[in-house]
Amino acid sequence: MNEPVGLSWDYDGWIVLAGMLCAVAASLPGNFLLLRRMSLLGDAISHAILPGLAVAFFVSESRSSLPMFLGAVIVGILTALFTEWIRNFGDVDEGASMGVVFTTLFAIGLVMIVQAADHVDLDPGCVLYGAIEATPYDLIKVAELEIPRVVIVLGIVTVINLLFVLLFFKELKLSAFDPALATSIGFSSRLMHYLLMVIVAVTAVASFETAGNILVVAMFVVPPATAFLLTKRLGMMIFCSTIIAVLSAVCGHLSAVLVPHVFGFRSTSTSGMMALCAGALFFVASLVSPRNGVIVRVVRRQKLALRILSEDLIALLYRMDERARDCTVSVQKLSSILLARPWLAAWLMNGHVRTGHVIPSETGFRLTDAGRHLGSVLVRSHRLWEQYLVSEGGVAVDRIHGQAEKLEHFTNRELRDRLDEVTAAPSTDPHGRRIPSERTN
Amino acid sequence: MNATLPLNASLPLTVNDLTVAWHRKPVIWDVDLEVQPGQLVGVVGPNGAGKSTLLKAIMDLVPKASGRVGIFGQSYRQSRHRVGYVPQRESVDWDFPISVLDVVTMGLYGKIGWCMPVRRKHRDIARLALEQVGISELANRQISQLSGGQQQRTFLARALVQDADLYLMDEPFAAVDAATEKAIVEILRGMRKAGKTALVIHHDLPTVPEYFDSVVLLNMRVVASGPTKDVFTRENLERTYGGRLTLLDEATEAMRRRERTL
Repeated sequence: MNEPVGLSWDYDGWIVLAGMLCAVAASLPGNFLLLRRMSLLGDAISHAILPGLAVAFFVSESRSSLPMFLGAVIVGILTALFTEWIRNFGDVDEGASMGVVFTTLFAIGLVMIVQAADHVDLDPGCVLYGAIEATPYDLIKVAELEIPRVVIVLGIVTVINLLFVLLFFKELKLSAFDPALATSIGFSSRLMHYLLMVIVAVTAVASFETAGNILVVAMFVVPPATAFLLTKRLGMMIFCSTIIAVLSAVCGHLSAVLVPHVFGFRSTSTSGMMALCAGALFFVASLVSPRNGVIVRVVRRQKLALRILSEDLIALLYRMDERARDCTVSVQKLSSILLARPWLAAWLMNGHVRTGHVIPSETGFRLTDAGRHLGSVLVRSHRLWEQYLVSEGGVAVDRIHGQAEKLEHFTNRELRDRLDEVTAAPSTDPHGRRIPSERTN
Repeated sequence: MNATLPLNASLPLTVNDLTVAWHRKPVIWDVDLEVQPGQLVGVVGPNGAGKSTLLKAIMDLVPKASGRVGIFGQSYRQSRHRVGYVPQRESVDWDFPISVLDVVTMGLYGKIGWCMPVRRKHRDIARLALEQVGISELANRQISQLSGGQQQRTFLARALVQDADLYLMDEPFAAVDAATEKAIVEILRGMRKAGKTALVIHHDLPTVPEYFDSVVLLNMRVVASGPTKDVFTRENLERTYGGRLTLLDEATEAMRRRERTL
């Protein structure tokens, strides 16, 4: 029932290239928007340039690129100016003032365009969603080569943005990190701010008619945010963000063409799919991010839980050993006291056998000297904490056990010595049990 | 009123009649100050006394309502290469994706100039400064992994590479461990030995006589300034901390109210 899906270099190649250029051009300055905590300014400017386009159109009576370009860039910069002005004088935070400025400007632009709709070939829908699919139909001959106009425009913008980031790398870095120092040594952070705004406006305008708002807004924010999750080096972050931008463009177009066919639909919006792919890549990055990814955190938490349980087993055995020296305890008994799953406790006890903390026998396990040492350290920490919580914190005796049970796993020798010092080296804890002394081995 | 008088070129810092206002409300008011060369000068005063604002106004980071600042007899713009600034540690985002060495190298950006790249020799200077503040092993560490004391040492190393003659430091001793505090004092004394001057905002009153040659007691205006042994007295401290200029506050409040009802 489906017609075969065809991809051709002449057609799809140009679309993907246009998408890639747009994505890379936007994500380059987007990195610094992100670090300056003003990612939404890209969004604001991309919307606010609409009246600039409209005015330029009225004035020049044509849809030629240059006046439109200038009009949009000027309004883009005005957006940044107004935003700052409203924040200072209107006493509202940056987000709110940005919202006020760009919705107002966008509305003005929309009204103007609709008013002029009779004799104007400027379609609001086209502005929002872009017409990236039309890329291959508007060709310009450059040195014997027929290249889509869009690709040339976006290519120029990408080169400008790349030069901007390379040339002002250190100034952008400094003014984003420490604007006060930047200004005090002569790199006005204000000037950098407005240079960045110009670049953002130029990028937004250039991407506008081709890719539409949705793609450029997404590319200002999502690839840099994804790269920020993956690396902690600025250069690397910028590099990663461009790779992610390219990936989203390629995957976006492929899935726009291929995926709907699977469900029996015709192909869908390429810019939309590109933005969606960027979002998907962000989601993946948030799962696998090496420092704070969801997976890493889950693994870390599990490892910690295992370590704590494994220490609890030894501490419990030590407490039993205190009452009956060299007693042998079964895994079932240990796990039922600690409310742990028996197989988990058994597995951890086997680990302790390997490390020489316990010796197995037919009826269970008993502590070795090394195990006794480990247990004494834990129990000492536990009871010192109990003593500390009662004597220094004034906590009721019946409520200290839970706290100490947690803290004992995070207490090193130095902390124990300090606890010992502030609680005046007690020999028993508040429950009257002996606090094991620190061993030196 | 004395804007035409030449500024004293032998003094690292002169401040005349400096007033800074925020929404009409004066933050610092009619500040006069002279800082002698080769001294460590403490700036002391209660919260909201305008200490940070004073430093920022000296560097033209906040607009002045009136007054004049001279750095070695020139305006800040003309002599900013002779000034090193250490902002408050909390003023920057320590999650920023850069390394310790990157931060220290920033102190050299002024010398490197617009658009020129950071070179190996600059990084070598930065490494040397990290050695001086005792954290050379952290050079390639991402800055979010630093402790408070290490952050402060990083900032100090950055100030060192600026190789300035006048340093303006905003609470370098705030919330640092004892070892770092000692290290900072050592560095400050080394600076003084090299003939440099430092104006340091400080919060811990008991250590003032030990650390600083002279002291500025600030509470919106300069309550007293001069050699620590003369100025750092109980009376002066009481006048500094004993209460703001409450009548002035009330007057500005009345002014604002009037403005609102107009």
